[in-house]
Amino acid sequence: MTTHIAEGYNFAYLDERTKKMIRRALLKAVAIPGHQVPFGSREMPLAYGWGTGGIQVTAAVIGRDDVLKVIDQGSDDTTNAVNIRQFFTRTTGVRTTTRTREATLIQTRHRIPETPLVAGQVLVYQVPQPEPLYKLEPRRAETTKLHGAGEYGLMNVKLYEDLAQWGRIDESYEYPVKVDDRYVMSPSPIPSFDNPKMHRMPALQLFGAGREKRLYAIPPYTDVQSLDFEDHPFRIEPHGHACERCGDTASFLDEVAGTDGQVHWTCSDTDWCADRVDQGHAHG
Amino acid sequence: MDEAAEPLLRVRGLSHRFAAARDERYAVQDADLDLFAGEVVAIVGESGSGKSTLLNCIAGRIAPTHGEVHYRDATGRWLDVHGLTERQQRVLARTEWGFVEQNASDGLRLDVSAGANIGERLMGQGERHYGRLRGTAERWMARVELDTGRIDDSPRAFSGGMRQRLQIARNLVTRPRLVLLDEPTSGLDVSVQAKLLDLIRMLTARMHLCALIVTHDLGVARLLAQRTLVMRHGRVVEQGLTDRVLDDPQHPYTQLLVSSVVMP
Repeated sequence: MTTHIAEGYNFAYLDERTKKMIRRALLKAVAIPGHQVPFGSREMPLAYGWGTGGIQVTAAVIGRDDVLKVIDQGSDDTTNAVNIRQFFTRTTGVRTTTRTREATLIQTRHRIPETPLVAGQVLVYQVPQPEPLYKLEPRRAETTKLHGAGEYGLMNVKLYEDLAQWGRIDESYEYPVKVDDRYVMSPSPIPSFDNPKMHRMPALQLFGAGREKRLYAIPPYTDVQSLDFEDHPFRIEPHGHACERCGDTASFLDEVAGTDGQVHWTCSDTDWCADRVDQGHAHG
Repeated sequence: MDEAAEPLLRVRGLSHRFAAARDERYAVQDADLDLFAGEVVAIVGESGSGKSTLLNCIAGRIAPTHGEVHYRDATGRWLDVHGLTERQQRVLARTEWGFVEQNASDGLRLDVSAGANIGERLMGQGERHYGRLRGTAERWMARVELDTGRIDDSPRAFSGGMRQRLQIARNLVTRPRLVLLDEPTSGLDVSVQAKLLDLIRMLTARMHLCALIVTHDLGVARLLAQRTLVMRHGRVVEQGLTDRVLDDPQHPYTQLLVSSVVMP
């Protein structure tokens, strides 16, 4: 497929002043890990909920030498990922890739790649709701105060409630974390399976919420702890399944309904899966 | 100074005028008040007499136009309540103080279970052990005579009286030193009121609480409070031992108030 660079647009679509504004907000976000920084979110040529926050962050930090990877639910070839990748190809002309190792900049929705990220890489998350206290305290002014005073009893109320109602903490995704032992933060709707990957990650993690007009960040090698109770510590539930393509049991698996009425399990991270198949891990 | 002789709370020359009030009309004017540990004090008066405004000024929820509120904390330090930062005020409000709202739904989280409502202040103070939180919640439900089997039910499913009990448990679970109650029994029917008053009386006595109760019901003051203040048009017109104030009222307004109680 050949994609032409669209004429009449600035590099990465946004004008330079806007990119500067976003970068300023990002600097502040990096300086205060986990703290939500307001920014002047722009209208983007796609609807809220499709990654407008992530796209603006990517547009603000992308350079001509970057190699971009875009994933949606771990996959490089879903509609959202394809569209965003094409958008940046057309507005920047930068090289894109599906290989996690080759990418310098990765925009993601709902997953962290299985391949461990390294220093120098940047991971950009698309965030629908940046406020982890939102479901418990709908008033923005009040949650700002709670964050400011570090009053996070409320967050544990939610976890308590899950344990009381379900016998376990029922947050299979968007599981709240505490960053650098200070701010409670929403990790965006990634599965709780991915939470441990955020802890002391060598890559820079940036989060953008377009509709809510908030940015936040986790600098490299920062402590990120999932909230829990002493007698009910955070843990990842094993699937008890193996990927049907590569046989992996340790990666995050998607449940797929087959045309034969059977349920199939495959790696959610398509690059990881393909890598393993190439290395001869095909499922016997 | 002797511990018993030193008050817990000291209010001096407290006046408040709402910004929207016409001319020089004060909601509260020149209120002085000392509260001692283990003492229950009632503020009575008709609607609009400034009782709730005074209570809110004491609680730090309204910054008074004039006057000061000083509180002696657990370490014996005197704090100027309105000189504290908002953050310090909030810490005080969820550790050493309790506030029981007239409307239980204002003081409760209706979207989470009764157990979580009781546990919230404990979690806010850093309790991170689920088993202990649950144990404490059950003990407190029993103490306020709520069915412990309903620990996982939403307070939405509770009656008005049960909600008020839950609100009291939620406030007392961290053993505050000072509890402010704003008309805790109004809106409840008489038999439920009587039981709730009994409960409050028992708890304040057993926990050696210092409580300030705002009420328009002289019966509540009679039953709970050792001392009573009578307010009218924003001024404290009379104060003294409850029995003295109610049996031998000095101020004409108190006399009117006492004589207008309907006896069944």
